[in-house]
Amino acid sequence: MPEPLDTDVAIVGAGVVGCAIARELTRFELRVTLLEAGPDVGAGTSKANTALLHTGFDAKPGTLEARLLARGYELLGEYAERVGIPVERTGALLVAWNDEQLAELPGIVERARANGSTDLREVGVDELYRREPHLGPGARGGLEVPREGLVCPFTTPLAYATEAVLAGCDLRRSSPVSSVSRMERGGFRLELPGGALSARYLVNAAGLHSDELDRMLGHDRFTVTPRRGELIVFDKLARPLVSQIVLAVPTKVTKGVLIAPTVFGNVMLGPTAEDLERKDDTESTRSGIDYLRAEGARIMPELLEHEVTAVYAGLRAATEHPDYQLTVHAPEGYACVGGIRSTGLSASMAIAEHVRDELGAGGMPLEPKPAATAEFRMPNIGEAFERPYQRRELIERDPEYGSIVCFCERVTHGEVRDALEATVPATDLDGLRRRTRAHMGRCQGFFCGAELAARLDESAR
Amino acid sequence: MTVVVIGAGPAGLAAALELRRRGTTDVVVIDRESEVGGIPRHAKHQGFGLRDLRRPLSGPAYARRYAALAASAGAELRTDTMVTGWSPDGPLELTGPRGTETIEPDALILATGCRERPRSARLVPGSRPEGVMTTGTLQQLVYLKRRRVGERALIVGAEHVSFSALLTLAHGGARAVGMATELPRHQSLALFRAGAALRWRAPLWTRTAVTAIHGRPRVEEVELTDLDSGAARSVECDTVVFTADWIPDHELAVMGGLELDRGTRGPRVDAALRTSRPGVVAAGNLLHGAETADVAALSGRHAAGATDGVVRGAHWPEPGVPVECEPPLDWIAPNVVTPGAGPPPRGRFALRSREFARRPRVEIAQDGRLLWSRHVARLVPGRSARLPRDWTAAVDPAGGPVRVRLASRG
Repeated sequence: MPEPLDTDVAIVGAGVVGCAIARELTRFELRVTLLEAGPDVGAGTSKANTALLHTGFDAKPGTLEARLLARGYELLGEYAERVGIPVERTGALLVAWNDEQLAELPGIVERARANGSTDLREVGVDELYRREPHLGPGARGGLEVPREGLVCPFTTPLAYATEAVLAGCDLRRSSPVSSVSRMERGGFRLELPGGALSARYLVNAAGLHSDELDRMLGHDRFTVTPRRGELIVFDKLARPLVSQIVLAVPTKVTKGVLIAPTVFGNVMLGPTAEDLERKDDTESTRSGIDYLRAEGARIMPELLEHEVTAVYAGLRAATEHPDYQLTVHAPEGYACVGGIRSTGLSASMAIAEHVRDELGAGGMPLEPKPAATAEFRMPNIGEAFERPYQRRELIERDPEYGSIVCFCERVTHGEVRDALEATVPATDLDGLRRRTRAHMGRCQGFFCGAELAARLDESAR
Repeated sequence: MTVVVIGAGPAGLAAALELRRRGTTDVVVIDRESEVGGIPRHAKHQGFGLRDLRRPLSGPAYARRYAALAASAGAELRTDTMVTGWSPDGPLELTGPRGTETIEPDALILATGCRERPRSARLVPGSRPEGVMTTGTLQQLVYLKRRRVGERALIVGAEHVSFSALLTLAHGGARAVGMATELPRHQSLALFRAGAALRWRAPLWTRTAVTAIHGRPRVEEVELTDLDSGAARSVECDTVVFTADWIPDHELAVMGGLELDRGTRGPRVDAALRTSRPGVVAAGNLLHGAETADVAALSGRHAAGATDGVVRGAHWPEPGVPVECEPPLDWIAPNVVTPGAGPPPRGRFALRSREFARRPRVEIAQDGRLLWSRHVARLVPGRSARLPRDWTAAVDPAGGPVRVRLASRG
């Protein structure tokens, strides 16, 4: 009798994709272990996403990405409402600024139709400025993309991970996988800081490092070239300037610089697109900031009169291929989920469903758990929905929800306490920020930085 | 009659004290912090209270003194309470541990103060590591939370507050590796500079910009660029303190529909500190970048006068004539001229410049008509020069904006 395996499924990478897969598989009678190298879930590429809920109208028709985006859009939209992930259905306007771009619009409508988005509509110059009066001069025309929206890039992976952990998932943070190998009797062996882990199934959701993990198993099919995207977040006082997402006409290389509201009530400008060598270079740059400000000055000049709240950079896991690198080796039980770019946030639940089906078709037993997972709801950090400081009855029950600690973002002591005691608790300032919005506002800690540091210290003791 | 004061720092507490002294029955001071006193609570150095209380105090002692004075004068002090809603024509919405409520005072004094602009607002690129903070955070970490703050710190800026950061770092167990300023000189007192050089051996790097921050998870090094030669170099440190570069905490003023001044970025006010919204007076460092606490307190005391007028039924002035500055002048305050407003706080206008100038000539004109022209004492960025008020009588209330410019750099 061989020793039993430590777990049924090992998922490497707790970004939005890995967390979605963990959530999906824990609904069945499987032991699932979710391994994350970093200190928290959703704290790598996922947190620096442009945070659009994409319909996939501009994806390449016929690709897996196009199909999973269309499906993922519906799934995430429904799930978000159910568990309290902030979503705002703002719609988008795609703006052409010259003849060349104007000529592209019919092709974009055509492509959208092929992707199942039949609701795009050409918009004349007058309507464009009526709907977005703060656009800079020179817009020539545009397209309305009604179903595009915003989704919280922080709450989404946290919600997946929370549901997975509630359903029994073994989440291990700060657990980098140094090597992976096949075992003779089947299954996989993963080397972790605390020792080895054996698993029957392996899901590679390692994002920027998915190609390295894939090579450890003898494959050689794609290379991740990190593509840096820098973003500028403007003060909440700029929010009235823009009512929906303002998209650029995409080129072969990039979707271009967009201006969008955020679910936190700010305005975002970005991203840049720059291929890099290093997979850890999330630094913003002088040239990136200057480029974005020049683009912003053209698209919406008044935006630049506002204060900047944050500048950051994220790395998209781009590869040499135009599509996701999603291959399931069903008989041996290995799923490679690589090359997922920024669309992965919107597609995440469909990706998880796809991985489940493919592994299931290859023999993974998918027996639903008898009892549904306990009902849970994520704390709301979206500006469009009621927050604790606004809820009289909640404050009466627990005065901590009336005691505001982060003034800029109006985060209460009650929410900080909850984040430190959550199913997937915050362990550092960044984790607290992504769970509550504390410290992410205009003062960047001038008022609350010391108090939050003290709370984190207490909680660590 | 109820007067509400938003902000229990020096300006707000001094205003409340003066209102009670003048006989306003109900004075309520609201502050979102858990203790009243404002910034001086965590500015532990000496030198507070000279101009207003006529005695030298440390920041915390000064904050306690004002809290005691306002409380014993009969003002109601409400902490842990934040104004979470206001509109151009609506009441104030408050949130605190006691719940949510709305109030509609007869008059309102805004004294919400200012804060230092953080690294992100200054667009310094690089990584986003731990150890990057403002003086405000640094002081609270060291003096309110008794925490260590790192070993080697770079101070960005060379104003009074930057030297205060130097002192705070020493108390927190860190060494300042240097101070960097983009200006050609420091902006503080020669005594402070000499003290910093001798006591803490912190070099002052002038004409030097912070052009990148590197390191993860904590700061490892900072890139400095010489603005004259363009040469870049690295300094190893684990802490970066961004000092000064103040911005009024004007969000509430914007919510309430008050007109802001483009220069100060605070509400526009006349010499009586009346804003564009009837019944709303503004005071202290909300009006402009930071002045010392005693100057803010005197501004608060002054604001009580206009509020008292409202309580007694005085009529609110029509929108006055704005006063605007031309570069390199940054701002002037007060910045609206209304007939009969009386003298500004401390009998003078405050003028700020972005550049140094030694005995420059300042011109004030309206619609091409020269109202005033004189040499003033030197201009130092971050410090106010005083302008007399005798020119305001010559302003045409029906004319265009008044412009203030440097006619010569002296």
